[in-house]
Amino acid sequence: MQVSMTVNGVAQEADVDPRTLLVHFLREALDLTGTKIGCDTSQCGACTVHLNGKVLKSCTLLAVQADGCEVTTIEGLAEGGEHHPMQTAFWENHGLQCGYCTPGMIMASAAFVRDNPGASEAEIRHYLEGNICRCTGYHNIVKAVKQVADSAAGA
Amino acid sequence: MTTRIFGSGIKRREDPRLITGEARYTDDIKLPGVLHMAVVRSPYAHANIVGIDSSAAEAMEGVVAVFTGDDVDLAGIPTAWLIPDSDLKTPEHPALAKGKVRYVGDGVAIVLADDRYRAQDAADAVVVEYEELPAVIDPEEAAGEGAPLIHDDVEGNIAFRWVMGDRDASDAVFNSADVVVSERILQQRLLPTAMEPRSAMAQYNAATQELTLWCTSQNPHIHRFIISAVTGLNENKVRVIAPEVGGGFGSKIPCYPDEALVSWAAIKLGVPVKWTETRSENYLITIHGRDHVQHVEMAASNDGKLLGVRATVYAGMGGYLSTAAPGIPTILHGLLYVGPYTMDSVFCESIGVMTNGTPTDAYRGAGRPEATFLLERMVDNVARAIDMDPVELRRKNLIPAFEDGYEVATTLIYDSGDYPTAFEKALDMAGYSDFRQAQANALASGRYLGIGVTAYTEMCGLGPSQVAGAVGFQGGLWESATVRVTPTGKVQALIGASPHGQGSETTLAQIIAEELGFPVDDIEVVHGDTTETPMGWGTYGSRTTPVTGAALAHASRKLKDKARVLAAHLMEANVDDIEYADGSFSVRGSPDQAQSIQDVALMAHLAWNMPEGMDPGFEESQFYDPPNFVYPFGTHIAIVEVDAETGEVELQRYIAVDDCGPQINPEIVAGQIHGGVVQGAAQALCEGAIYSDDGQLLTGSMMDYCMPKADMFPNFELGETVTPSPHHPVGVKGVGETGTIASTPTVYNAVLDALAPLGVKQIDMPLTSAKVWGAIQAASANGGGN
Ligand code: FES
Ligand code: FES
Repeated sequence: MQVSMTVNGVAQEADVDPRTLLVHFLREALDLTGTKIGCDTSQCGACTVHLNGKVLKSCTLLAVQADGCEVTTIEGLAEGGEHHPMQTAFWENHGLQCGYCTPGMIMASAAFVRDNPGASEAEIRHYLEGNICRCTGYHNIVKAVKQVADSAAGA
Repeated sequence: MTTRIFGSGIKRREDPRLITGEARYTDDIKLPGVLHMAVVRSPYAHANIVGIDSSAAEAMEGVVAVFTGDDVDLAGIPTAWLIPDSDLKTPEHPALAKGKVRYVGDGVAIVLADDRYRAQDAADAVVVEYEELPAVIDPEEAAGEGAPLIHDDVEGNIAFRWVMGDRDASDAVFNSADVVVSERILQQRLLPTAMEPRSAMAQYNAATQELTLWCTSQNPHIHRFIISAVTGLNENKVRVIAPEVGGGFGSKIPCYPDEALVSWAAIKLGVPVKWTETRSENYLITIHGRDHVQHVEMAASNDGKLLGVRATVYAGMGGYLSTAAPGIPTILHGLLYVGPYTMDSVFCESIGVMTNGTPTDAYRGAGRPEATFLLERMVDNVARAIDMDPVELRRKNLIPAFEDGYEVATTLIYDSGDYPTAFEKALDMAGYSDFRQAQANALASGRYLGIGVTAYTEMCGLGPSQVAGAVGFQGGLWESATVRVTPTGKVQALIGASPHGQGSETTLAQIIAEELGFPVDDIEVVHGDTTETPMGWGTYGSRTTPVTGAALAHASRKLKDKARVLAAHLMEANVDDIEYADGSFSVRGSPDQAQSIQDVALMAHLAWNMPEGMDPGFEESQFYDPPNFVYPFGTHIAIVEVDAETGEVELQRYIAVDDCGPQINPEIVAGQIHGGVVQGAAQALCEGAIYSDDGQLLTGSMMDYCMPKADMFPNFELGETVTPSPHHPVGVKGVGETGTIASTPTVYNAVLDALAPLGVKQIDMPLTSAKVWGAIQAASANGGGN
């Protein structure tokens, strides 16, 4: 089945098996392996991308359902060679260890803070329920997200 | 004056590739023409295989081959920790089951196809006829009369019986003690759940007979020799690469059938073969942790002197004995029974039992959390029995500060410790003296607050190789490292260990920067590839910073010694007159004459003007075998509130004071503690693998297994004390597991403290709201508290 979408600003077209999950399409067909797979039940959030600007777990959607959409993955988050502020905040605050949950965490948090500048720590913790990290105990992830949320509110 | 890089919480050099999605984990690596392997897995916990029909699968589009246990000529997957004096049995573990399956998920056949989805479809189309057998999951039951026999050559399902201590001496202490408390403790099965599922890809070059295996490994050099042993290839023809690895927590130590099978299939078919598990598959086949049924007793005097502890442990091994499994509930468990206390009598009988569960092995802490939990649980029980404040009881029994060696009843010699200082610091941070009043006030208004306090020490930085040999570990436990300086003065450090999230590339670079004066950004740490790196035994047991760190410190010091001599020669000065500061050598008294470490490195490479007898080049290696373990310690405190109406537990505060010696990078240390605390607290509160009676894993996906989430936790309050290890070149101790070791009893005891007024004395972990509520109801039906 023919599918076309814009991924990280680049128009992509491909012939896919109709059952192909978006996450597999990104990883296998486009070699955008920054998007990870951590579960098979839509719990972990490792596969989080933006679809038309909205947060989406790319393991929950078929590639063909994203036909005609704009997709942003972790590889497309930085702009003009500069890290996105959420990437910088994760780095500065030691918000990652093995890094496997990190692309999904950053994609989810970046959209959350964009929509909720000034979010409180409790709101951040609540929101992150859909993203699982086994390494960090969340402490520094929350700190990183809060830092960006605070500065987004101040701006 | 430059800021000292050692001790500074610099940003991690690992992160730029990780935050941008550029890092390559095993499944991210592509090879042209790769075939995908899917494994046909047993749906039964215990069954005879009657027949396998793969014809339909073989006919499917894209399918290249289907193989069963009869086709695969691999040697069995070995058990590599052969504990002595325990009548150990090591039943055969074929890579694919032959004749019989022993747990749900046991591999029966493999399918190779040109695409992931097609391989799985074809695996589903393989028809296996089974004759179901009765199954057993509970280890105590499996060791009992009439339990189904899992391996013909493991009588009574007992794989080993390991005894520590003197039974009669223990009896004497317990028979004459004022107080003996006892409890049956269930250390439930846990699913390690590294966020990256396991994956393996193999490529074989028939012309050179070389096999390359990319896999999710914590110890590629161990994987290399096991893969060499099971495939029959010479070890120097096997290259194992652990690329980026997304967490392990012990679950990526073992060598699994899947890694052997992709290797075998790649050799057989002459094309690269890849396999990546799904999460549901991970929960079925990647090792589980814990799974003890413990019968524990502690003896004390009426005035609060702890006299002894003893336990009978039934440790579930699952259907096969995984790589390190026998060492976990024995050596890494019983030897921790004294903890930080002056307690003279210890006894442990640990019975390793085959069951029809997934094989168990090392999971973060590995044996030591199970020991610390029982100790801390029993101390609280003693406190209740003699009506003494549990903090006061611990204070009375803590080993006083010592700097260089303290032998305890388990025969371990703790390296250094100052338990009372860490203990009092944590109590101060928590405001313990005020808490009891606040708790009483809350109770008066119907609120149930509780506090749990854990003092712990643990043994890590594994370990002297001589000890490893004496306890049957089939390997050494040293590490090696090479510090290589290029002509332009940039450093490559090659290490045999294989970090996978610990930030060791940063931490170890900080050690080299401290020792040699190179800017930390000029130092790269290379790991994970057996062809590029020197031999090492891997990253587990909180050993990479202490053991590899020591190897690097020593290699750096050798280089510095060479640099000093060469610098003296170049400046035509006496070596004794050379002074060193911040990467620069100068002659005492003439400070304008100086040679930087980079200058010296270049001159060593050029070798135009070397002192008599000095070899050219600027590179040194060090093999380092630690003379002892390291023993980090500390005190953790949790404050919880329990809603008696719903049974829900709120973790309100968590205070952790840990001492791992001097902290090389305090931010990385804090991260290790945060993560460890969440893993341990989650064991107390929500995690637990649950099987049905017939051996089906009911918590077989993330939908059913309770992974800890961000909103279950407060921000953590961390403190530290600094007691260097006397035997380590930079004094450091490991800190990768302390959080997990200390936090489970801390949170558990806090909840039970909150429930004490309601008359609840014991609940099996995890303390879910349903169980807590049920326990409250049961206690109130029995007359409740006082
Ligand atoms: S992989 Fe999509 S939520 Fe886990
Ligand atoms: S950093 Fe490892 S899972 Fe989050």
